Amino acid sequence: MQKKVKPLLAALLAVFVAIQFFPIEMNVSVAVPITDFTKVNNVPTAIANRLRTSCYDCHSNDTKYPWYGQIQPVAWYMERHIRSGKKALNFSDWGNLSKRRKHSKLSAIIEQMEEGKMPLAGYRYIHGKASLNEESKAMTIDFMRHLINEQDSKKLNQFVYDSLALYIE
Amino acid sequence: MTTFVATLLLTIACKGKPVQGTETVPDQRENIEKTRTMATDGQQDAQSEMVLKHYFKLKDALVATDNDKAKSAGAELAGVLRSFDTSSFSEDGQNEMGDILTNATEHAEHIAKSDIDHQRAHFKNLSKDIIDMVAITGTNAPLYEQYCPMYDSNEGGIWLSMDEDIRNPYFGNRMLKCGKVQRKIM
Repeated sequence: MQKKVKPLLAALLAVFVAIQFFPIEMNVSVAVPITDFTKVNNVPTAIANRLRTSCYDCHSNDTKYPWYGQIQPVAWYMERHIRSGKKALNFSDWGNLSKRRKHSKLSAIIEQMEEGKMPLAGYRYIHGKASLNEESKAMTIDFMRHLINEQDSKKLNQFVYDSLALYIE
Repeated sequence: MTTFVATLLLTIACKGKPVQGTETVPDQRENIEKTRTMATDGQQDAQSEMVLKHYFKLKDALVATDNDKAKSAGAELAGVLRSFDTSSFSEDGQNEMGDILTNATEHAEHIAKSDIDHQRAHFKNLSKDIIDMVAITGTNAPLYEQYCPMYDSNEGGIWLSMDEDIRNPYFGNRMLKCGKVQRKIM
């Protein structure tokens, strides 16, 4: 038994070392773009922080990687999640979406959150802080609903708000 | 043991620097300016009629509260939407159609793998997209824009029909004839 284990371990180590040389693209940005959801939408700080903590790792151009994030095969696993997450929804790119797309994405966000499908259970397990309690969930969903209504109703409200903001500044 | 740790540390040290975050690149659409010939109009017509045909199939499945039929109808519709060629439209038309098609495709894809309630929720947004498409492409036969005020916690739900008679896709048999014609599209 002992004699078989050593070569097996050596082989595993060799594979482990080999896969470290496969390149991975790190999903990192230095600055928050002006197209970011939190910049386009006057998002209250508490909600912006909540989105950052619970959503942005997979749904933005800036993932906060853990120390083991660059080790394979963890890096592959994360890269796959980030790629599909961004494809479904990218908060960094929000400003580039048409009104139609924004509406669909907001509906999807509300639906996924209401049903507890997002954040993913696996992600919440590793990142305890990413879990939303009832209050946090309700607050975030309410905000998303507000955005849909704001978008759907006449632009007058936004115009008034923007005018006031300019006046106050 | 030390060899193992050393190997581990050395391999981690060989990683490259972080690169700028990747962004999804929007489709680059060539602006092919074509003169509007009968063939071009025909192509637009044929494609939008195909979309409508599959949309109605989906609508009928929802009226029948048939989740499986709606799934396959959604999948077929998604396929038709994905292969829609907008190159014969004007530049503005291409932009608008591109937006509509991307959105509608996503909803159709979700319908292909959802339960009945989610299918209906996506159908609401999909219907808005199809109505907007018809505004651009026109329609060969008259269509009826129909509306049920009770759906979605009284936010209401809209849909297109070939018939004036109301057959509610949002409630099926529970409220089959609930709704009204909002608009006739010629």
